[in-house]
Amino acid sequence: MKIIKTLFGAAALATAATTAFAQANPAIIFDLGGKFDKSFNESSFEGAEKFKAETGIEYREFELQSDAQREQAIRRFAQQGNNPVVMAGFSFGTALDVVAQEFPDTSFVIIDMVVDQPNVRSVLFSAHEGSYLVGMLASMASETGTVGFIGGMDIPLISQFGCGYTQGARAANGDAVILQNSVGTTGAAWNDPVKGGELAMAQFEQGADVIFVAAGGTGRGVLQAAADSGNLAIGVDSNQNYMQPGSVLTSMVKRVDEAVYNAFSDVNNGEFTAGFNIMNLSNNGVGFALDEHNDALVTDDMRAAVASATAKIISGEVVVYDFMSDNTCPVE
Amino acid sequence: MEFSTIIQILDSAVRLSTPLLLACLAGLYSERSGIFDIGLEGKMLAGAFAAGAMSAYAGMPVTEGGLGMTWGMAWMGVLAAVAVSIVLAMIHGFASITLRGNQLISGVAINFFAAGSTVLIGQHWFRSGGQTPPLSGAQRFGPINLPFADAVKDVPFLGPIYEGLISGHNILVYIAIATVPLTSWLLFRTRFGLRLRAVGENPGAVDTAGISVVRQRYAAVLIAGILCGLAGAYLSLGTSAAGFVKDMSAGKGFIALAALIFAKWRPRAALGACLLFGLLEAIGNRYQSIDLGAFVVPVQFMQALPYILTVVILAGFIGKAIPPAAGGEPYVKER
Repeated sequence: MKIIKTLFGAAALATAATTAFAQANPAIIFDLGGKFDKSFNESSFEGAEKFKAETGIEYREFELQSDAQREQAIRRFAQQGNNPVVMAGFSFGTALDVVAQEFPDTSFVIIDMVVDQPNVRSVLFSAHEGSYLVGMLASMASETGTVGFIGGMDIPLISQFGCGYTQGARAANGDAVILQNSVGTTGAAWNDPVKGGELAMAQFEQGADVIFVAAGGTGRGVLQAAADSGNLAIGVDSNQNYMQPGSVLTSMVKRVDEAVYNAFSDVNNGEFTAGFNIMNLSNNGVGFALDEHNDALVTDDMRAAVASATAKIISGEVVVYDFMSDNTCPVE
Repeated sequence: MEFSTIIQILDSAVRLSTPLLLACLAGLYSERSGIFDIGLEGKMLAGAFAAGAMSAYAGMPVTEGGLGMTWGMAWMGVLAAVAVSIVLAMIHGFASITLRGNQLISGVAINFFAAGSTVLIGQHWFRSGGQTPPLSGAQRFGPINLPFADAVKDVPFLGPIYEGLISGHNILVYIAIATVPLTSWLLFRTRFGLRLRAVGENPGAVDTAGISVVRQRYAAVLIAGILCGLAGAYLSLGTSAAGFVKDMSAGKGFIALAALIFAKWRPRAALGACLLFGLLEAIGNRYQSIDLGAFVVPVQFMQALPYILTVVILAGFIGKAIPPAAGGEPYVKER
């Protein structure tokens, strides 16, 4: 009896899948930090919202609650005929590698990770370039000559930020001391503002006066600690300048929203291409945020220095070392 | 290592151990009376949410639908946290005392309920994924500078200890520490405490003496609720989180339980155990990779250290930890 039920269930699902296929709604899966982390996931959410506002096409979404749901979530969306299925986060790599082969007609997009399948677009951000720029800003804004970096986990993706930041800080001040910490080893590392604040306080006590945080929702605690102690922090992924106006020097912006928006509209216009998609300084995929909240914090000197560095990076005169290329960083 | 560094690490340890201590003492009251409580985590989380939400609501301008208060919002938050936590504690009490249900199951249910409902209600109210709005000013508890802290700062040795370590915490930290001697006194020097311990060891004897086991146990569970509420309020109002974020208790309730067993259900030892866990976390935060010359201790190890220690300690390092004899057993009156 049970087997028959399962069979019926599968048949019903298959029918549902075919009917849903006609609509081809795009779908997006958010990673563990949660949709409203004011950072990475929220940025991808904004991209999806932008697409919806412009085209009027609804999209499906899913917020992960645990690591175990990854493969299931991708497969469920693909089975229901959603196209493309976009997932924001490096942790989806293994799961997508499996599911992408099962659904060769569905387009998948993964952000921050490479999955080598013919129907997968891997969006990579040259976060080291943007981090280099905010590293320069941090070093120039620092009075103590010590700047800090707090990353979510000790993984290559985050070290890419840290390494770029370190290079930038050194470029602006050859004697700069850079303190580095990571928050944790599990998914909770992206959502632990209490720990983030505690790490920030420890770095401030060690003499840092500007801290760059690349840890999703954990950043909230770091920004707060900076505001409480009268120091500066640098936000990440989304523009976080508004969160603690006057205490956020700038934000290293990764245009995850653009990546999601492009993925949705490419499939909608029938222009989807698989393979690599590099978002870097030259195509405005990364950068730093300047708005009314940090206008007074960034001096003309700083703007000039960063503008010239930007031009040099784009022209290739300055090469920012990418940690992900061989998992080492030339500067300590 | 410089002296000021040691002070900073100890300072951080005090901040990190405060929620553990409050939760640990909550568990102590409950378990001493014979009610196992693994719902500490859930009560703390619900308390954190209630505190963050209430404080945000109280400080919101009247035009935006809030109360428009300009001071005391944080205390409103504490009241809400304690109230919510007491409600959950009473549910646990009702299930395990009155209905004589399984105390572990009831505790697990409270944990799941808190984890789910906080995010759900938070999303409904504030529309930002279960987070409460960032709190500022009197919506949080700021540091309290004890008298003469600035004046004695330059006194060698004692000055930095007073100024850096003892002064400058928020009110909930001092409340938590004051709760330790209070608990000691209440449990071991008062009639209430004697009866509370007795119902956890031999409820039959207490009943024979004409004292209500049920009332004693409810009282203990109620106190546990209050303390868990304070622990939760500390998380959202007394730390840099400045508001509620989903799952922000991050297993602290379970670490508190481990500390309770480590402390063998004694208040002063509980203080020591919680400070030890806080200290380990503070050291892990400060020295993420220790270079020992021959090899480098990786970050992951330092971050796992509190948990590794928990296992080592509980695996018998502490000698025999004997729980209250009637712990986990619903009391059935003899007919």
